[in-house]
Amino acid sequence: MTVNGQPVSAEVEPRTLLVHFLREDLRLTGTHVGCETGYCGACTVHVDGEPVKSCTMFAVQADGANVTTIEGIASNGDLHPVQEGFWERHGLQCGYCTPGMIMSSVALLSKNDRPSEEEIRHGIEGNLCRCTGYHNIVQAVQFAAARMRGEEPPAADWEGGE
Amino acid sequence: MYPRQFDYVAPTSLDEAYGALGDDSKVLAGGMSLIPLMKMRLLSPGTLVDIGRIPGLDAIEDKGDHISIGALVRHSTTAGHPLIAQHAPALAQAAGMTGDVQVRNRGTTCGSLAHVDVAADQPAAVLAHGGVAVVGSASGTREVMADAFCMDTLTADLSPNEILLEIRLPKAGPGEGSAYDKLGRRGGHSDYAVAGVAAWVKMDAGSITDARVAITGVGTKPSLLPEVSQALIGTDGSESAVASAAEHAVDGVTVLEDLYGSVEYKTHLAKVYAKRAIQKAIGSIRA
Ligand SMILES: Cc1cc2nc3c(=O)[nH]c(=O)nc-3n(C[C@H](O)[C@H](O)[C@H](O)COP(=O)(O)OP(=O)(O)OC[C@H]3O[C@@H](n4cnc5c(N)ncnc54)[C@H](O)[C@@H]3O)c2cc1C
Ligand code: FES
Ligand code: FES
Repeated sequence: MTVNGQPVSAEVEPRTLLVHFLREDLRLTGTHVGCETGYCGACTVHVDGEPVKSCTMFAVQADGANVTTIEGIASNGDLHPVQEGFWERHGLQCGYCTPGMIMSSVALLSKNDRPSEEEIRHGIEGNLCRCTGYHNIVQAVQFAAARMRGEEPPAADWEGGE
Repeated sequence: MYPRQFDYVAPTSLDEAYGALGDDSKVLAGGMSLIPLMKMRLLSPGTLVDIGRIPGLDAIEDKGDHISIGALVRHSTTAGHPLIAQHAPALAQAAGMTGDVQVRNRGTTCGSLAHVDVAADQPAAVLAHGGVAVVGSASGTREVMADAFCMDTLTADLSPNEILLEIRLPKAGPGEGSAYDKLGRRGGHSDYAVAGVAAWVKMDAGSITDARVAITGVGTKPSLLPEVSQALIGTDGSESAVASAAEHAVDGVTVLEDLYGSVEYKTHLAKVYAKRAIQKAIGSIRA
């Protein structure tokens, strides 16, 4: 498979989950493991451009696929606009959910460059956050959406924005 | 959490897949139900036959007299496909309300029917649309009405050496409408149905000439509600006619209590969602 643009190959047991292959074999530990049951979304990565839960997919199923993890979205040391949004709008507290949350947000914005608040909340439905209450995550995605459209991001609500 | 060890086969043709299937094997499609069960070690098949690399199974097609949904069509494709929006709106809605974005990107509509979870969304819509399961094996194919295919809790009419190849849905004609609505376990439309109802209705000159209504979440499996359909046929589809038909929403259903509600609560929800789904279906015809 190709991971973050680099071809990788390895022999794995069929039962190796994609998330363990990424974290333990490739040492890409940015992808987190939360619930292990498919619900929390902390393990979200992109397989052929679509967000999936890497704890609920065997590595062998991704044989030949193009996988992108949180480590693969910044370019040349510049944060991806969504990463910048989470930073600027305090879209995280403990950070456990953040890599998955960002991968889902990146996928959402690739399909919809002007999501409403409701569309953002639906787009990250498969990602649970136990800290933020989602409010600032929504603002982080709105920040990123504006940046990616080449517009000035809306002010944060604590700075008098909506 | 690792599953027990198993042999993994990734056939690139159906014949190869049939050859690999046996008494101790399982078909792996989207894995959204099978992999969690294997990780929890509730299920430990000796061989997994991953059908994901077999070409020709991933299309939704207009086959002239019916619409075909192949075994590898993902929930997200079903939810957004123009042929499904046109011919089976209830199924498009049910697919869009299945799980979350990531689950919809992997899970398959056929896998959902084959799994027969008591609270699965799309089987109810397939039933309401009069869908047919096309089952293949080394000795040929057979067709089963979806209602008979969903035999019991987690039990489809499939033997270990068979594959559900496609779901066939009748094409929509004039005066027909359908809808799905549910209460999800996490509220709104999120997660499996606490109660979900799919309704298909046909109207002519202001009265209902045919109907099929199916329920999920409350009983032992997604199932048709013939009493509700009978009560609708011949009426004008007014709010009161729909409300009295919806009173039959658990006729013939063994309502089960679970973590998400008592028998009384689920019975109540069944009627509420039957009314909503039928009204939505009728509204879509009149619109
Ligand atoms: C977090 C999460 C949330 C979910 N929420 C919902 C929800 O809200 N509503 C809902 O309805 N479902 C929900 N699901 C289940 C999801 O819809 C599954 O995708 C679906 O039930 C099974 O489809 P699959 O392709 O993933 O099948 P798999 O998991 O691969 O297989 C499931 C079973 O069906 C068999 N099978 C699958 N395809 C075939 C075939 N073509 N021929 C023969 N046998 C086959 C397998 O052998 C296995 O026994 C959820 C799942 C998860 C992980
Ligand atoms: S760890 Fe994969 S969904 Fe929670
Ligand atoms: S920031 Fe802690 S779980 Fe989301």
